[in-house]
Amino acid sequence: MANQADQIFVLLKHWIVSIFPAVVQPYLGVVLSVVAIIAVFPGLFALTTVIERKGLGRMQNRIGPNRTGPYGILQPIADGIKSLTKEDIIPTSADAVVHFIAPLVLVVAVFMGFAVLPMGRNMQLVDMDAGLLFFFAIGASTELSIFMAGWSSRNKYSLLGAMRAVAQMISYEVPLLMSSVAIVMITGSLSLVKIVDAQNQYTWGLPHWYIFTPWGCAAFVMFCIAATAETNRSPFDLPEGESELVAGYFTEYSGFKFALFFLGEYLGMFSISGLGTTLFLGGWSAPLQVLNFVPSWIWFFAKVMLSIVVLIWIRGTLPRLRQDQLMNFAWKFVLPMTLLNLFVAAIWRFMGEGLLRWIVCSAILIGVYVIVGTIGMRRKKFGPRTYRYAE
Amino acid sequence: MTPLAAYLLVAALVFAIGLAGALTRRNAILVLIGIELMLNAANLNLVAFWRYGPHPELLTGMMFAVFSIAVAAAEAAVGLGLVIAIYRHARTTDLDEINRMKG
Amino acid sequence: MNVVFWILAVITILGGLTAVTLKNTVHCALALTVAFAGLALLFLELDAQFAGFAQILVYIGAVAILVVFAILLTRGSETPSEGVFSRTWFAGLLIAAGVFSVLAWAVLHSTAALPHESNVPAVDVRQIGHALMGRYVLPLEIVALLLTSAMLGAVIVAMHEKGEQK
Repeated sequence: MANQADQIFVLLKHWIVSIFPAVVQPYLGVVLSVVAIIAVFPGLFALTTVIERKGLGRMQNRIGPNRTGPYGILQPIADGIKSLTKEDIIPTSADAVVHFIAPLVLVVAVFMGFAVLPMGRNMQLVDMDAGLLFFFAIGASTELSIFMAGWSSRNKYSLLGAMRAVAQMISYEVPLLMSSVAIVMITGSLSLVKIVDAQNQYTWGLPHWYIFTPWGCAAFVMFCIAATAETNRSPFDLPEGESELVAGYFTEYSGFKFALFFLGEYLGMFSISGLGTTLFLGGWSAPLQVLNFVPSWIWFFAKVMLSIVVLIWIRGTLPRLRQDQLMNFAWKFVLPMTLLNLFVAAIWRFMGEGLLRWIVCSAILIGVYVIVGTIGMRRKKFGPRTYRYAE
Repeated sequence: MTPLAAYLLVAALVFAIGLAGALTRRNAILVLIGIELMLNAANLNLVAFWRYGPHPELLTGMMFAVFSIAVAAAEAAVGLGLVIAIYRHARTTDLDEINRMKG
Repeated sequence: MNVVFWILAVITILGGLTAVTLKNTVHCALALTVAFAGLALLFLELDAQFAGFAQILVYIGAVAILVVFAILLTRGSETPSEGVFSRTWFAGLLIAAGVFSVLAWAVLHSTAALPHESNVPAVDVRQIGHALMGRYVLPLEIVALLLTSAMLGAVIVAMHEKGEQK
């Protein structure tokens, strides 16, 4: 019974596919999975917009939207109607073709990333041998669409926002990859399905999630920092800083194209939260062995929504980083720490089972972090914030 | 026409297009674009020969292509750095203007 | 030859053609990205998944952005004063046409001597890892050194010199 609830979508898909003739069956299976992804994630996006606005409102000591429906639940519908019926303005000096295809490229690239995420037992769209590499390759393609959006608007603010966004995304791409490489090294495979399977084991009822290892915890922290920067969320949202650049690279977009950009950004958040869940939080596996009766896809989506809530929480709490502070942080701190983490993961692998490897690995990571911090504070490199005023 | 011959023809065509771009455009960056197209065509050649060749399990062609991608990226970075440095000095990227060794 | 190959070939060749003929440099860079994408899909069609994904990650994710940044930093997006093709464009075109004809002749006339289609190679990423650390470890280390020196070199070349007016 539990197994059937767990595999309910897989069984449903097999049943629907078996109705049709054998010639069309493989294509129909793929189409069904794709339709399911296209239906579920924008639905989650709608839910997330409400959660974000209400959550941010409460954190800022105000109520969020509460007019449309009880507790503002129907706000996304109102937003959708607004975006669809707004006039689509394209500036006359804008580059019309590039202006048009930029949001399309973003949304297509972001949707493709969902193809390799295992959303439950046997519930991934494609089980690619190099799934993680595919995900990062597709993620790298989104940067170009942001540049296209900013450049085609022929607007100084847009271009500035786009260049800042691309520089930030490139800088944080390397720590993102490097923190995942430690996982790949320990698991021995680039396939996301195998990574989740490796975490699906339990010792004394506790799971083998990679976040519960010293190098996994450090890698998770750095992955979170890099993921927040990759999706241009606060505290890394200078490119779209509302108080500085009007709306950054979104400035000249209105109506449905703006809605597409918004959709693309939030879907990017979902996609990278899904990846973080798969790599560090065990994907669809339950936290305790006794809880295995709950279907796997519930655990996956629960963990993804938890990550989204944490992202919204961070947005409401931390102030924005300046561009040079952001880039310095990426290249001078996060990247060397990811390399050190890789080294520590290798030590972990070769020390064999036992308590000693926990102590050694934790000591190395915490020791280096504390030493770098104290030396930096002493030399006033990471000292109290300095201010530079315009002259 | 065998599949291998078709891939080789496509690679030759892309190579010729890249060569034409590198030889006929004024802007230094477009010359670099042509060079990137040529490198990509060579990679396609390598992978096509790997796939249809006698010993694909040795992975020689694909490895060669991957290393070529890495080296081409490095060369693009240095080349574009040079173009930026020249622009800073000569205030133009027009190759027909930068035709004297004297600065 | 299947339909997918012809579609991808047309996309790649059109991307390449537009990349070298358009007037606006940024449009050329975007067309180059289309050509890169077409080539990556051709790699995937040739069962070289690792090479295809590496092509997308490196070329579209890094080199295309690099080209676009260089165009913006050198004011390449303004329309040039004297036309985009150099004075000696005809000679260049002739040379390119000559190269293509020689290559095409070589390919079409040696079809009998070319290797024939073999079985689809089942390439594991694990095999690639073993190959990189076994047979190809020396090129790997040399490429690592090369990339480091290229990065340092690019930074030094493009850095502002001391005292120069920014």
